[in-house]
Amino acid sequence: MDALLLSRWQFAITTTYHFLFVPITLGLSIFVALLETCFVMTKRPHWKAASKRLVRFFGTIFLINFALGVVTGIVQEFHFGMNWSEYSRFMGDIFGAPLALEALTAFFLESTFLGIWVFGWNKLSEKLHCACIWIVAIGSNLSAFWILVANSFMQHPAGFAIENGRAVMTDFLALVTNPYVCGEYSHALFAGISTGGFVVLAISAWKLLHDEASRYAFTQSLKGGAIFMAIGLLGVMGSGHMHTQYLATANPMKLSSIEALWETADPAPFAIAADVNMEKSRNDAEIAVPGVFSFMLYNKPSGEVRGINAIQKEYQTKYGPGDYRPDVPALFWSFRIMVGAGGFMLLLALGTALLSWKGRILSFPLLLKILPFLLPLPFLANSTGWFITEAGRQPWIVVGLQRTAEAISPNLTACSVWLTLIGFTVLYLLLILAALYIAFRHIKNTTIPDEGRDL
Amino acid sequence: MELNVIWFILIAVLFTGFFFLEGFDYGVGTLLPFISPNDDERTQVLRTIAPVWDGNEVWMITAGGALFAAFPHVYATMFSTFYLALFLMLVALILRGVAFELRGRHPSICWRRFWDGAICFGSAVPAFLWGVAVTDLIQGLPINEKMIYTGGFLDLLTPYSIVGGLTFLLVFLVHGAAFLTQRLTNIGLIKKAQQWAQRAGAFAIIAFVFCLLMTLIKTDLFQSCIGGTALLAAGVFFILGYRQMFRAHYQSSFILSSLTIVATTLAFFAGLFPRLMVSSLNPAWSLTIHNAASTPYTLGIMTMAAAVLVPIVLIYQGWTYWIFRQRISPKDCEETH
Repeated sequence: MDALLLSRWQFAITTTYHFLFVPITLGLSIFVALLETCFVMTKRPHWKAASKRLVRFFGTIFLINFALGVVTGIVQEFHFGMNWSEYSRFMGDIFGAPLALEALTAFFLESTFLGIWVFGWNKLSEKLHCACIWIVAIGSNLSAFWILVANSFMQHPAGFAIENGRAVMTDFLALVTNPYVCGEYSHALFAGISTGGFVVLAISAWKLLHDEASRYAFTQSLKGGAIFMAIGLLGVMGSGHMHTQYLATANPMKLSSIEALWETADPAPFAIAADVNMEKSRNDAEIAVPGVFSFMLYNKPSGEVRGINAIQKEYQTKYGPGDYRPDVPALFWSFRIMVGAGGFMLLLALGTALLSWKGRILSFPLLLKILPFLLPLPFLANSTGWFITEAGRQPWIVVGLQRTAEAISPNLTACSVWLTLIGFTVLYLLLILAALYIAFRHIKNTTIPDEGRDL
Repeated sequence: MELNVIWFILIAVLFTGFFFLEGFDYGVGTLLPFISPNDDERTQVLRTIAPVWDGNEVWMITAGGALFAAFPHVYATMFSTFYLALFLMLVALILRGVAFELRGRHPSICWRRFWDGAICFGSAVPAFLWGVAVTDLIQGLPINEKMIYTGGFLDLLTPYSIVGGLTFLLVFLVHGAAFLTQRLTNIGLIKKAQQWAQRAGAFAIIAFVFCLLMTLIKTDLFQSCIGGTALLAAGVFFILGYRQMFRAHYQSSFILSSLTIVATTLAFFAGLFPRLMVSSLNPAWSLTIHNAASTPYTLGIMTMAAAVLVPIVLIYQGWTYWIFRQRISPKDCEETH
């Protein structure tokens, strides 16, 4: 393998690792902040005591996760210069600004106030302390916003011009208000809420089954987590739907590849499963429902959707000879895994929320038993989602402006990328294992005794 | 003033903040396994930087982001030049960051010793590598007309850059030890910190003098009036601080080690100006604040953003140090978080 392919693998692996932690940070920070707000506001003494201990309990999970998110994030910031220096030269005038703003507005905020939150329990008033975790939550979600502003430009450039072979910014507002940002950011934010909610759900379910002494507190967190997660998933679906419709104008090649739609159709069918043949540019076999794809895009059972082959032809006249199709079968199946996982999670969240609300959750031990084992689901959905976004813009690194192959650092040798690729992969894996060990130990050993209930 | 110059100054300020703040974090981290065999005492030492290290590290990340935004060619050339060195630094910083979080969460001594080692490694390696990077940058690197580095990893390690790396490491050690004398209540530990400051200080002075002489021979830093004066001043500050440490005047010693770092960073940037990366192949191929910069439009947007945001950051980071102004006592470390 050459330095280019290795660098792509390295970026894919390190980002996927990084995005295991990021959604937990986005969602759990808000959840812990809500919990601490309950603690500050409540007048009921038992709930006050229990909620404070719940804040500390989930706060610890948040902190362990946050540490891994931060350290894997630094690698991503360095990556653009280390492996993709020609990309950084070409795009620096545009891409650097949101990155610098991310550091200035978000990283300082979250890291500084998290330090205060962790060590300030006895130094600040309850309200001020609670404000700190809210600032951390805002900072984390702000950082997601800026990086997605940067990413959205790569998917759908806006507010730029080409001068002397470099992309330069001509309109900062157009960069920030790129409609692509709206879809990506809302989708990522709600995905974070769903993931954070599922983490709370899985841990609470396990505690309810294995730690009778802590039942009161974890019944509360289970209920809260399930509602939080359900809201997140409804948001994910709404924003995903909106964003898919937008893709029809912003990035039709990605959209038709996701659906493996080779020929232009009106109305366009939705394939539930397909045997995709990239070489012959067709599906050898498929199970399709007529009209549904058009309905998804236009909210009516008719409407033209352009096929991959037509778009490929158009791109060849526009950008010159070449293959402009992404990896269609991989996108096709990733999308189905993502949507399937999301739909299943919504059922779980709604079911758990309903049963907790009626106070009958303990009569369904099987549900509680399987919830922890289903925890990989949100991570599967998050990773396949990012795979669709990033693999879907290939062969471009910036759609229409720069190809991935042109973006690599010219002085990079395959040997050094092998070294770093293996180094990062192994190091991350070991650190995740260490963190999981500590997290499991914490979950197992921490009890939140039931000190009676408030009427 | 021209926007390109403003951004050069801003990046110099960010690096100054970074070296000053992370300087003592690196120093404290490197000292951790050596300062005491006793776990409680090590916990106290760590607690002095625990609430602030992450915020301090963001100074480096912001400096990197600012380079990307204002001088993208410098970001591209520098990060691809130092590819393996940065990989090493990232491994170190990753280990350090995770170690801070996981160390205290398990009672086993073995577990804690392991992460203490990780913190030491994770602090010493970046300290050394930043010294290497700074001396390499001022000395010049084989950069061609397309702004691409043509050397290999070993070309980054010259005798001068190794002396530079050692100087940074030792100065940060002294700075960290001086910081500890300001942040602890445990007299025994303060004495130990003082001893380490004295020991490392003696070696640091030797390294500093060597580094100074080699800078005189190998670079054009002394052609800049401000650069030369600042570097000499840094040496004087450091020797004065060393003397104050012997007299157990801890506070002035810490102030002087801080001044040393500030003056050294100032000297480095003044010596570079208006270049950011020096080409050893041809002076015309150096990356400067003009040929490596973003457009005036982007610089303008970023200037407005920085003018608003940097003061706010300074205020709330200052507030953190105010909240945690009390010295760390053994009692503070008993409460678990």
